[in-house]
Amino acid sequence: MPLTPVITEFWDDPELFTLDGYRRHGGYQALAKALQQDPDAVIGTIKDSGLRGRGGAGFPTGMKWGFVPQNDGKPHYLVVNADESEPGACKDIPIMMANPHALVEGVIIASYAIRASHAFIYIRGEVPNAVRKVAYAVEQAQAAGLLGTNILGSGFDLDVVVHAGAGAYICGEETALLDSLEGYRGQPRLKPPFPAVAGLYASPTVINNVETIANVPYIIDRGVDWFRQFGTEKSPGFKVWAVSGHVNRPGIYEAPLGITMRELLDYAGGMRDGRPVKFWLPGGSSVPMLTAEHLDTPLTYEDMAEAGTMLGTGTPMLFDDTVSVVKAVTRWLEFYKHESCGKCTPCREGTYWITGVLEKFEAGHGTNAEMDTLVNVCDQIAGRSFCALGDAAATPYPSALKYFREEFEAATHTPVDEQFDPVASYVFSGVAAR
Amino acid sequence: MTITNPSGTDVTPVEMVTVFIDGVALEVPKGTLAIRAAELLGIEIPRFCDHPLLDPVAACRMCLIDVEGMPKPQPACAQVVADGMHIRTQLTSPVAKEAQEGVMEFLLLNHPLDCPICDKGGECPLQNQAMTAGRPESRFTEDKRIFDKPINVSAQILLDRERCVSCARCTRFAEQIAGDPMLELLERGAQQQVGTAEDQPFDSYFSGNTIQICPVGALTSASYRFRSRPFDLVSVPTACEHCASGCALRTDYRRGVVTRRLAWDDPQVNEDWNCDKGRFAFTYQSQGRLSTPLVREDGELRPASWPEALNIAAEGLKAARTHGVLVGGRSTIEDAYGYARFARVALGTDNIDFRVRRTSQEETSFLASTIAGAPMHTTYESLESAPIVLLVAFEPEDESPIVFLRLRKAARDFGTDVVSVGPISTHGLAKMRGRRIDAKPGAEARAINDLPPEITDALSQPGAVILVGERIAGVPGGSSAVTQLAQRTGAALNWVPRRAGERGALDAGALAGLLPGGRPLTDEAARADVANAWGVDAARLPSESGLAGDALVSAAARGDIDALIVGGVELADFPDPDLAASAIDNASFVVSLENHHSAVTERADVVFPVGVVTEKAGTFVDWEGRPRPFTKVFADALMMADATVLGMLADEMELPVGPSDVRGIRAELGTLGPWRGARSTMSPAMPSDTTPAPHASAAGQTVLASWRQLLDLGVMQEGEPHLAATARPTVAQISKATWQQLGSPAAVTVTGPKGAVTRPVEAADMIDGVVWLPMNSVGCVINRDLGAQPGDLVSIAAAEGAA
Repeated sequence: MPLTPVITEFWDDPELFTLDGYRRHGGYQALAKALQQDPDAVIGTIKDSGLRGRGGAGFPTGMKWGFVPQNDGKPHYLVVNADESEPGACKDIPIMMANPHALVEGVIIASYAIRASHAFIYIRGEVPNAVRKVAYAVEQAQAAGLLGTNILGSGFDLDVVVHAGAGAYICGEETALLDSLEGYRGQPRLKPPFPAVAGLYASPTVINNVETIANVPYIIDRGVDWFRQFGTEKSPGFKVWAVSGHVNRPGIYEAPLGITMRELLDYAGGMRDGRPVKFWLPGGSSVPMLTAEHLDTPLTYEDMAEAGTMLGTGTPMLFDDTVSVVKAVTRWLEFYKHESCGKCTPCREGTYWITGVLEKFEAGHGTNAEMDTLVNVCDQIAGRSFCALGDAAATPYPSALKYFREEFEAATHTPVDEQFDPVASYVFSGVAAR
Repeated sequence: MTITNPSGTDVTPVEMVTVFIDGVALEVPKGTLAIRAAELLGIEIPRFCDHPLLDPVAACRMCLIDVEGMPKPQPACAQVVADGMHIRTQLTSPVAKEAQEGVMEFLLLNHPLDCPICDKGGECPLQNQAMTAGRPESRFTEDKRIFDKPINVSAQILLDRERCVSCARCTRFAEQIAGDPMLELLERGAQQQVGTAEDQPFDSYFSGNTIQICPVGALTSASYRFRSRPFDLVSVPTACEHCASGCALRTDYRRGVVTRRLAWDDPQVNEDWNCDKGRFAFTYQSQGRLSTPLVREDGELRPASWPEALNIAAEGLKAARTHGVLVGGRSTIEDAYGYARFARVALGTDNIDFRVRRTSQEETSFLASTIAGAPMHTTYESLESAPIVLLVAFEPEDESPIVFLRLRKAARDFGTDVVSVGPISTHGLAKMRGRRIDAKPGAEARAINDLPPEITDALSQPGAVILVGERIAGVPGGSSAVTQLAQRTGAALNWVPRRAGERGALDAGALAGLLPGGRPLTDEAARADVANAWGVDAARLPSESGLAGDALVSAAARGDIDALIVGGVELADFPDPDLAASAIDNASFVVSLENHHSAVTERADVVFPVGVVTEKAGTFVDWEGRPRPFTKVFADALMMADATVLGMLADEMELPVGPSDVRGIRAELGTLGPWRGARSTMSPAMPSDTTPAPHASAAGQTVLASWRQLLDLGVMQEGEPHLAATARPTVAQISKATWQQLGSPAAVTVTGPKGAVTRPVEAADMIDGVVWLPMNSVGCVINRDLGAQPGDLVSIAAAEGAA
């Protein structure tokens, strides 16, 4: 399957991040088109395109927009979730740095569609470059009359606020993001009410991922049929795949949904030193892992579900045979323990517990009984936590155990570092060790 | 139920839904939460974060249930039931049971196993639910999380973070109920902890409630921590003696000593809450008590036997020609009735008053015509359904804290518009989402007469309420203005006194001109009624109104009253303590009924020790007019109630007054009932539009505003250093403009006729030309230090040396 650069098409143009650069490649034509349509028609186009959320859950975007009650007398808000913090995910930040105007244009079109006159872009605070790029794009758009009042003479007004987060993974959870944006401590909110009814400042709010919104101008500009020629019926379109791990050319590859990992891996130059793929995750640490036997499974929402995992953020991480799965899982759980917001018991206490036990395994002190206990502990978290962070934290261990039980058994007597040379896992040929 | 109809009177039909819980069909109002619905069937779903009076948070996940059609277990505390919904709890669903057991196991991971030394051990929801939903042995063998403990979140409230299960009840209480959001969850993950901002303690009059609703032993009080175990305590339901809010309490004691008090659930009154004064201020009951009668011999008081003291008192009273009775505002209605009856029957006098505070003739007329013996009409529930509540000379947070909580709830949940007539927009007013109608202290009457049409229109709506505080007595024309306003608009009018006994004393007839049940003394039929109940000849009762208030005190100070009976009176509480002292000094014979040594007992000729609230049964009548009966906490207490002592004294005088025990008095009061005849009418004491508004004429002059803060130098708060440390700092408040005129000083000196106080000053949202000072706080007792009262002109200057 060929690469299909759309969002990434002109990333080799160093001026793409500027308004002129973006316009040179056809930027803001979609906006003019959208503003000539009825907002509902724009929603209809996105619905017809079948665009699904690129933040991980894959919820149909047009449907989400359609949930916003109209003529309710309340302000509506668009919030862009640019708090990309998932371990392994690195697609939104490159989009914001290389092609921020695609995001801004998408924001304007989406806001127009849902009748929002205020939009917020909540960007992970640890990436000031992305914050600066987007803020600059907003500034330029404002100066060019693409934001503000009476945009392109349409009578549509929009202000965009670029907000930098303060360093919490939980703020990528959409309702925690809203709390954070409102100035509160970021913790997920009780649903219902759902954000589409009572989100930011208790008003109808749409929250979309950066990549989702960046898709919008291209769909509006080139049409539903063009979009649907990519991907599958249930997973139409293309995806900005961010491939990382033990591959020779980690990076961004834009290709249709339905491409296989093996094809993407080829684009990424194959595995380091020709070593075998031991395990890989299609979309961040929060989805169950797969092995080399799944390399030919199409990367679509439906096929990944079939394989017992999720497409997630669509940012595959690949690990070769130098990596201890016990160690990898331990690092992920340490992350979830650190990032658990503390609101609900299963996630707060469960991540604390699992991490402690896994660290024992890492040191070669696990027990067979604890291997089963941990499965049970993960069961006690999954589906019982307040938000998806708990579910995510309960994911790595059971899937690792499913494929690599013997490694956990070995970790009941031998420290992981004695089984797997840690240096071998992180040194690339040609790079000096330590 | 989570869905309530606040109106009470105007009941709209409630939409019902049928839900099946563990296979049992149940009809509940639409919107009911699953956890409440299950309670109706007697099914207790375990829970920690859930509290019926707090917004659901669904954080602890203990109450997970199985809802048909939902893939994951749902928290019952946040799950609204729908028609036809099938819910299975831990009783019938393995999914729910396993989910709950899983959460319990998680909760215990980091919970220290210090139950044997924990205050909560024995009454701990975590302990109890660990028994029903926990594993016998933990599978967790790693290290528990460690915190330093305890830490103070205020002088009174201690926090043990290791025990905390992050249920957020305390933080939600602080934010939602008290409106003092100084308590917050900090950090994240297993490090999440309750805390305060670094230099800002949990400053709330209601902080003690967080201890009570804490489902573990994470919050404890400095005064109770490690004092006893719950299972060693004997619990008695009681009523609070501190103010007229009327809280139901539970008093716990061990070996004859009260160890703690808790708010008791009374949905009609205090719901589940009380204030810190009611919770913590009870040490006075056991400290510095009088134990035997005292008689004066050769100028000195000496202990005496009861017969001797009674004899001396009876002789002294019989020898006197003129008498006066000062009751004090903290009596039970039964004791106040005892005084009222003793005065009329045994002493033949109508010189009686319960108001140990500022009074006025106008107020007396207002109370007699409008409040005394009136049936209960304006209640806590009325506040919730009121479209508007107008507050006059009344600061609820300080002067009736449960009224404050209910007004806050009314504003927050039901949109009640709270409007205060006064000089200052306090934090308390902000917490009630209230707004202010400007009025200088003493000039409220004019502001009431000039209320904007928007307010009077709102007051004309059904359910509108006007609440006046006891400070209305210091507002010339104030009582008249509110009475007229109520008549004009049809708004309900009620009086919220500060002290717990005032309303009861008023209803009992412990005020000159008034007989029990609001009967006018000058009304012959009313006198006949009472004489009949008392079993005396009506001719023996005084038929002319006696002296009350200032007139009574002044008469005694002039030496015009031969003998005084004084019960439960602090001389320092009178607007002019010196005058009050000379009243006692200049009476030739003084009988004091007291539980503590006081300025009155020092001056008395005979002192009888009487019981405090734990040693007697009785009834307080709250501001609503609702009786708050309570029983004796210490069944074997020997101390007698005031009424009992008065009965013995009457017998000794051979002028018996009838039954003097609580049961007998209640029966008599019941027989009498409220007065149904003609009442005195409120005659406007002073046409309000001619009321001179005090204003600062000369530079440096300002009008004094003041009230008693909830936590202050009140004698019933003695012996509680931790509580006292949570009192608000004594600062003067002035408007920003006034502050700037003074050169933006850090402190000001306020000078009155008697002297001056210098206090730090804060610019507040208030009208110019007014200075607010607390009435009776550390470093500022305005009657003693300034010799001034609210509405008086005082001078103000930047304190020397202050920036």
